[in-house]
Amino acid sequence: MPEEKKSQICIVTVTGRDRVGIIARLATAMARANINIVDVNQKIMEDCFVMTMAADIGEATMDIGQIKKQLDRIGRQMALKITIQDESLFKAMHRV
Amino acid sequence: MRISVEEVFETVGMTLDHHFDIRTVTLGINLKDCIDRDLGWLIKQTQGRIVEKGQLLNHCATALEQKYGIPITNRRISVTPVSLLLEPLPRKTITAVRFAKALDTAARKADIDFLGGFGALVHKGVTAAEANLIDAIPEALSETQRICGFLNLASTTAGINMDAVAKVGHIIRDLAHRSENGVGCAKLAVFANVPEDNPFMAGAHHGIGEPDFSLNIGISGPGVVRSVVAQNPDCDLTQLSEVIKRTVFKITRAGELIGRELAGLMKVDFGIVDISLAPTTVTGDSVAEIIEAMGVGRMGSPGSTAALALLIDAVKKGGAMASGNVGGLSGTFIPVSEDTGMIRAVRSGALSLDKLEALTSVCSVGLDMFAVPGDTPPEIISSIIADELSIGVVNNKTTGVRVVPVPGAKPGGIVHFGGLLGSAPVMKVSKYSSAKFIQRRGRVPSPILALRN
Repeated sequence: MPEEKKSQICIVTVTGRDRVGIIARLATAMARANINIVDVNQKIMEDCFVMTMAADIGEATMDIGQIKKQLDRIGRQMALKITIQDESLFKAMHRV
Repeated sequence: MRISVEEVFETVGMTLDHHFDIRTVTLGINLKDCIDRDLGWLIKQTQGRIVEKGQLLNHCATALEQKYGIPITNRRISVTPVSLLLEPLPRKTITAVRFAKALDTAARKADIDFLGGFGALVHKGVTAAEANLIDAIPEALSETQRICGFLNLASTTAGINMDAVAKVGHIIRDLAHRSENGVGCAKLAVFANVPEDNPFMAGAHHGIGEPDFSLNIGISGPGVVRSVVAQNPDCDLTQLSEVIKRTVFKITRAGELIGRELAGLMKVDFGIVDISLAPTTVTGDSVAEIIEAMGVGRMGSPGSTAALALLIDAVKKGGAMASGNVGGLSGTFIPVSEDTGMIRAVRSGALSLDKLEALTSVCSVGLDMFAVPGDTPPEIISSIIADELSIGVVNNKTTGVRVVPVPGAKPGGIVHFGGLLGSAPVMKVSKYSSAKFIQRRGRVPSPILALRN
């Protein structure tokens, strides 16, 4: 029987001015780190780009601290605010 | 059901915009098994345990900080009341001071900013070892950086130990004069009904009813609560209470999640979540500003006590729903020096020492971090303490006092303590002395409330 894959879902948020290539840039970085994108929600509010992404880092090639550093770098380059937090936090806070 | 975008951004906004953080994770460490007649052996055993567990605490807290993206601002240790550890040792102040310095060294090695527990429970009477420890407090706390002291001087079941209260007035004066601006006194809290599992400094200790290790967590979000209150400027107070309750539920859940996971990683028991609203000097992270956002003109003006009572009632209800392990102090901290709204209120004359005392009768956990002139007589300091502790004893709640007599300061001046401790306007104290009352000594009997069996 194949070994069950472990899963750790994190929520990535991105806010900033809308521009071409934000999702492409993030998706490329995540694919390189073997992170599976599970769900994406995005909208444009006025000129502001707002996105949440559920990403599975269970099989990633780096730990959450390193992933955060990568995302921070992309955030600086593209003038975006990016956060990453484990999904269980949101479940604890928003589901009784 | 997946979390909605709005819910995600509500959480993200709490940390990014409103200073929500885990204020402290405090590991309680039992040291009773280290008690020995040889001070060297006691120090060796104690230091080993503190350094090992302190380093582990820092390591695991940093890992969870990254996982959840919520800052864990302080990592601290509380220990068994030190007076117990000193019981079999020679009754010399130098013994207590040497032990305090050894604890300080261990805390520094483990990179723990404050270690609490240098104190004693003397609400009914004082043993020879406890008297020795109390005598050693000025030297021990002024010659160490990271050690915090506490004394429990009263309880609802025992009454108030006025011998100890009278002595502490002198101890606080002595401690104040050994440090710049009296700041050493920021490391000493005296209590009525001290909790055994309080994670907040300076009053934390690992109580005698606690297990070998216990991880207690203090959450804090005055900024988050202020923001929801400000977003609801026109709703009635019943609705406002509801809004606060929901918000506190959320932040308490975050605290409970992180606390449990941290305890699991460290393989220690999870203790409690302390839901106290603890302000910092950062703009917006103020309890006084919540009260003002509720519609009170200035903290300390009429209406403040009612507003604070409503606020903390809502905080407790939201917190109790979120966690089955709410404990510690779980009241409000309104330290004058550490809350920009409180500083403003005192400076503008809206908040006096008398009103501050009134606020503690409903929910605040004491007169905290307020400055008085350095020449305030010890008997007046003792009288302020006796008043505050009697509120705790009669209302069956915790109250504490952390007072800083600032040498050379006059009422109206402002003194800067620096860092987390902020700055405090020097408050006016009554010119009428109650020295004769304090000098009577003895024990104020426990109230009739104590006879419950």
